[in-house]
Amino acid sequence: MVTSIIRRLIQALFVIVAMTIIVFIGVSVIGNPVDILINPDANQAERARVIAHYGLDQPLWKQYLLFLQGLLQGDFGNSFVYGRPALGLILERLPATLELAITALAIAIVFGLPLGLYAGLYPNRVSSKLIMSGSILGFSLPTFWVGLMLIMVFSVELGWLPTNGRGTTAELFGTQWSFLTGEGLRHLLLPAFNLALFKTSLIMRLTRAGVQEVLPQDYVKFARAKGLRERRVIAVHVLKNLMIPVVTIIGLEFGSLIAFSVVTESIFAWPGMGKLIIDSINLLDRPVIVAYLMMMVLLFVVLNFIIDICYTILDPRIRLDAKA
Amino acid sequence: MTALLKVENLVTEFGGSSAKPGLRAVNDVSFSIERGKVLGLVGESGSGKSVTGFSIMRLLEKPGRIASGRVIFDGTDIANCSEEEMRRLRGKRIAMVFQDPTMTLNPVLTIGTQMVEAVQAHENVSKDVARQRSRDALARVGIPSPEERLSAYPHQFSGGMRQRVAIAIALLHKPDLIVADEPTTALDVTIQSQIISEFQKLTEESNTAVIWITHDLAIVSRLADDIAVMYAGRLVETGPVTKVLTDPHHPYTAGLIASVPSQNRRGEPLRQIRGMTPAIHRLPQGCSFRTRCDRATDGCLVMPPLLPEEDRSFRCIHPVLKETA
Repeated sequence: MVTSIIRRLIQALFVIVAMTIIVFIGVSVIGNPVDILINPDANQAERARVIAHYGLDQPLWKQYLLFLQGLLQGDFGNSFVYGRPALGLILERLPATLELAITALAIAIVFGLPLGLYAGLYPNRVSSKLIMSGSILGFSLPTFWVGLMLIMVFSVELGWLPTNGRGTTAELFGTQWSFLTGEGLRHLLLPAFNLALFKTSLIMRLTRAGVQEVLPQDYVKFARAKGLRERRVIAVHVLKNLMIPVVTIIGLEFGSLIAFSVVTESIFAWPGMGKLIIDSINLLDRPVIVAYLMMMVLLFVVLNFIIDICYTILDPRIRLDAKA
Repeated sequence: MTALLKVENLVTEFGGSSAKPGLRAVNDVSFSIERGKVLGLVGESGSGKSVTGFSIMRLLEKPGRIASGRVIFDGTDIANCSEEEMRRLRGKRIAMVFQDPTMTLNPVLTIGTQMVEAVQAHENVSKDVARQRSRDALARVGIPSPEERLSAYPHQFSGGMRQRVAIAIALLHKPDLIVADEPTTALDVTIQSQIISEFQKLTEESNTAVIWITHDLAIVSRLADDIAVMYAGRLVETGPVTKVLTDPHHPYTAGLIASVPSQNRRGEPLRQIRGMTPAIHRLPQGCSFRTRCDRATDGCLVMPPLLPEEDRSFRCIHPVLKETA
């Protein structure tokens, strides 16, 4: 087990190093920040001074090495726009995004798992068919459109929920959270639901497919032949086997919730990382983009690692330290 | 002695409803079994023998259902009892052992969990007591160091060992009846032999009746008291094993016995029954075996009834009879 963890950590390190190269070069070719950063009326000397200040006069490989050097000291460079450390900017926005993503994931699991289970257990009922048709809508309707519709219906027409922002926040562990206040929760509801819709449908369909795959297995019949109550057959024998693919997807999707909450955050003006990255891309704020992408790489690496550990807990067949 | 289990005119259909008949996998099957006896239920793949077993357990997969007939277990008709009443019987008084031991145990639960839950499904005992019982049960089927094995997962066992575990689970509550659905088919021959002796010994100890579903006549001749031969969903011949196997009356039974390789002479081509089992949705009119039978005549266009003869019966108007002269 320990050797496999070490091996995985080394692999993760290689992934991260490879990603720094890809990200750095990629960001360097998408445009020249100088055009945006410098006042068009500035004279040649001032231009040269600004370019030198940001280190943009160096060849790309040297810029990369300087970047790596900073990275080793935990320094992603200063934002061109805000003039503050890029990492700090991102970490400041992280709680808002995290809060949104976790709420969305919770909604997706709370609705997706039971509905999928129901549709899988009773595939011929009309309600199951409705659930499954609904899920098709859930992941084929574009997020931005659903977001706009939610605002139209619940904010504009009905006036129940606010359209944007985080509302009042309360402090916990030194950061501000919306879910701690009633008003903040009301602000959280629409964007979280918007973000959760796709994931709910996904988990639902995955669960249903899993149920239909597991139910006809001999071990389910054997469990019934032992005289177990139906509730135990479903909750233990079926669900535990079902969770293996579902956990994988939930883990990976949590990453994508954080990384790609851009659309939802933009629509609901949610001051999270997604909003920050969109603004930074518009302004070609290289250090922030690079720092954000690196954070996402790290996030996925960590999530994959956690999923692997969950796997070994759920599925004894791949437990590496198991006695044969 | 009254029969422990009496199956009367059992019809199991897939699909269909009370108005419109579905596919009949089991058609008008009747047999009975006494306490402590072994009945060999024999037939080719698709003959309906496994479906008969699952019908008795009431574990038919949808859209399968018992369309008519009675399954009288110890005086009560279990074809129509409630799901909860049936659950109380399953595992407790009627147990089942499946064909493929690699598939019967849940891969993500320990052997201990799967045995303890089986104990607790029927008896209100503590986990420790249930575990103790499970350990003893494993020891009884010849599994070494049972205490450690309780914490192991199914994939850490060989196929034969897993089947022993399944048998241990089936025997946990000393059931009155075990439906064994080809429990040795997936095992290699030496293990087969061990499992059969083990099974025989344990069921004798607890006076458990066994319905042994198989296509292997050698096993039946070694194990069973009675035999019931199925063909295309119907019984074609029943009776005591010794009589039926030495003196089969139905041409199908005779064909099955003749195609056992040890019955053939060296150098001769192996004998076989020509043709294939017809699909249940395209059965020939009259006797289902007619199209594969050398003795068939126009008289076979009408389904013959089961004809009784002393303690046996057969469904044929041109029976094979030993030349007594």
